[in-house]
Amino acid sequence: MDMLRLVNLGVEVDGRKILENVNLYVQKGQTFVLFGPNGSGKSSLLMTIVGNPKYKVFDGRIIFKGEDITELPTDERVKRGMGIAFQNPPKIGGVKLIDVLKHCAKLGKTEDKIEEYAKLLGMEDFLHRELNVGFSGGEVKRSELLQLMLLNPDFVMLDEPDSGVDLENIAIIGKAIRMLLERDKPMDERSKAGIIITHTGHILNYVDADYGVILYKGRVVCMGNPFDLLKDISEFGYEGCVKRCLRRF
Amino acid sequence: MSEEILKDRLESVGIEMNPKKRSGSFLLLDQEVKNVAKFMEGLEILPIKRALEKYDWLEDYMWKAVKVKDEYTKEVEEDFNGYFIRALPNAKVEIPVEACLYLSRVKKQKVHNIVIAEEGSEINIISGCTSHPKAMGMHIGVSEFYVKKNAKLTFTMIHSWSEDIEVRPRSGVIVEENGAFISNYVLLAPAKLVQMYPTAYLKRNATAVFSSIVVAFKNATIDMGNRAILMEKGSSAEIISRTISKGGRVIARGHIVAESPEVKGHLECRGLILNEGEILAIPELEAKCPNVDLSHEAAIGKIAEEEIFYLMSRGMTQDEATATIIRGFMEIDIKGIPPALKREIDKAIELAEKELL
Ligand SMILES: Nc1ncnc2c1ncn2[C@@H]1O[C@H](COP(=O)(O)OP(=O)(O)OP(=O)(O)O)[C@@H](O)[C@H]1O
Ligand SMILES: [Mg+2]
Repeated sequence: MDMLRLVNLGVEVDGRKILENVNLYVQKGQTFVLFGPNGSGKSSLLMTIVGNPKYKVFDGRIIFKGEDITELPTDERVKRGMGIAFQNPPKIGGVKLIDVLKHCAKLGKTEDKIEEYAKLLGMEDFLHRELNVGFSGGEVKRSELLQLMLLNPDFVMLDEPDSGVDLENIAIIGKAIRMLLERDKPMDERSKAGIIITHTGHILNYVDADYGVILYKGRVVCMGNPFDLLKDISEFGYEGCVKRCLRRF
Repeated sequence: MSEEILKDRLESVGIEMNPKKRSGSFLLLDQEVKNVAKFMEGLEILPIKRALEKYDWLEDYMWKAVKVKDEYTKEVEEDFNGYFIRALPNAKVEIPVEACLYLSRVKKQKVHNIVIAEEGSEINIISGCTSHPKAMGMHIGVSEFYVKKNAKLTFTMIHSWSEDIEVRPRSGVIVEENGAFISNYVLLAPAKLVQMYPTAYLKRNATAVFSSIVVAFKNATIDMGNRAILMEKGSSAEIISRTISKGGRVIARGHIVAESPEVKGHLECRGLILNEGEILAIPELEAKCPNVDLSHEAAIGKIAEEEIFYLMSRGMTQDEATATIIRGFMEIDIKGIPPALKREIDKAIELAEKELL
């Protein structure tokens, strides 16, 4: 069943085109991995899907669960069941993490899970801290994931959840992401789907994603088995990898 | 005058007239003392004129922390009313004393208050100043605070004026050795003009903390700041302000003077302009000798789109996200403030939130 469909998506920021002709089709139960060099447009793609007003769609449509959401504001998209963990979330002084978690939990109907999940992610001591203020790199990742778990979205977007995370915490984060994406259930019983951006692929040791995609200079250039793609990238580099993909097409 | 309106207005500035929640109560209506009550030992509350009759020594406290300086203080010198609040030596008055100044019919409300925290005492005062919704006029309030050795005075002032009121408080504080003065000022409702620059004089190891949360609505001019004179070794001051302009004009001042070595001061002014308005931040540091530690930070900005988007990605509407960020901006972590006073500040912020969107 349809979860997300990107049709000929073109996106610009401040009048500069950063994504062009992006097509992607994600079905319920599937997890995609998004690879690509720095600046290739990976984060921008997720920002566009969740409706960051800075990212202007100049071409194409975004279809979510069969509905065209291209023009919907972010909160409406989130209410329809998408959620994102950001690569670099802003710091918001005076706003406590717990206040935001409560909001997430209300929407995700997980009000009774706040403590449990906070514990799972080792964030119990952060609940009354100001949002992302003074959080370390790894703490930001765990805080993002905690918010997402409580939001409990059907479509999960994770922007580099494994970057800068130590080995122990990768295991914790891996477990959380597996839960989020219902990876321990058989495909036909899952109601969730997602996209994970990763550079190192460390997260793949915990989440056996179904498909890999390479985004290169704002375009989708390769698609295939995520583990094979990762191997190709490390062997041939992005440029080499992209050339091989283009030959194959 | 309708009792309803009065009660409503008083509540908006944290005045409840509830003996269970307050250790004492004072109400000045225009130029007339309407209510004086105390519900606790170790505490003294009197109309200032009565106190002057009762205590000869009180004359020495008049115009000592505030020197007669301008046309407004002169007017108060000629004709005034007000309160005298005193915590007796070593008394711990934790439950707040409330003092309210209400302007209704007079053109000028002229007030002179004296607060004394005697040696080793602790006292919390909530002062609510407000006016009848249709009142027009001027409030001139001279307030002198004396914090004696090892004493602690927490003074929380909530202002809620109507649009045609001019307000000119004139306050001075003298903090003796090891004493602490904690001031919180909250102005979240319209006013035509507020102009004040309270000054604290700090002796050896004395501290003062001034926190202000101020909103200037359209047509308002809010010219306010705090000054601390670090007179002796070991004294320290912190001046923190959060100012929001919603169409009005704010001048956020701050001035710390180091007159002795081994003193410490920090100034922090942050401003936020919603849609339109004007904020001028003037932080001043002045050192008159070596070996002092003075610092300041000032920043004026608007609500970042990225922050709104971030909170919307957690399911908040745009309005909810904006309100959350504004509330966060006004959240000052005030050390040593009793929960009852914190609640009053939070209540005032909540009331203002709707107006700010
Ligand atoms: N908000 C923005 N304002 C200006 N330029 C932007 C903005 N967001 C993205 N860009 C530009 O768009 C391009 C793609 O950026 P994006 O963040 O999507 O890359 P990325 O693939 O996520 O890279 P990385 O691996 O480094 O995270 C870059 O050139 C970037 O500078
Ligand atoms: Mg990125």
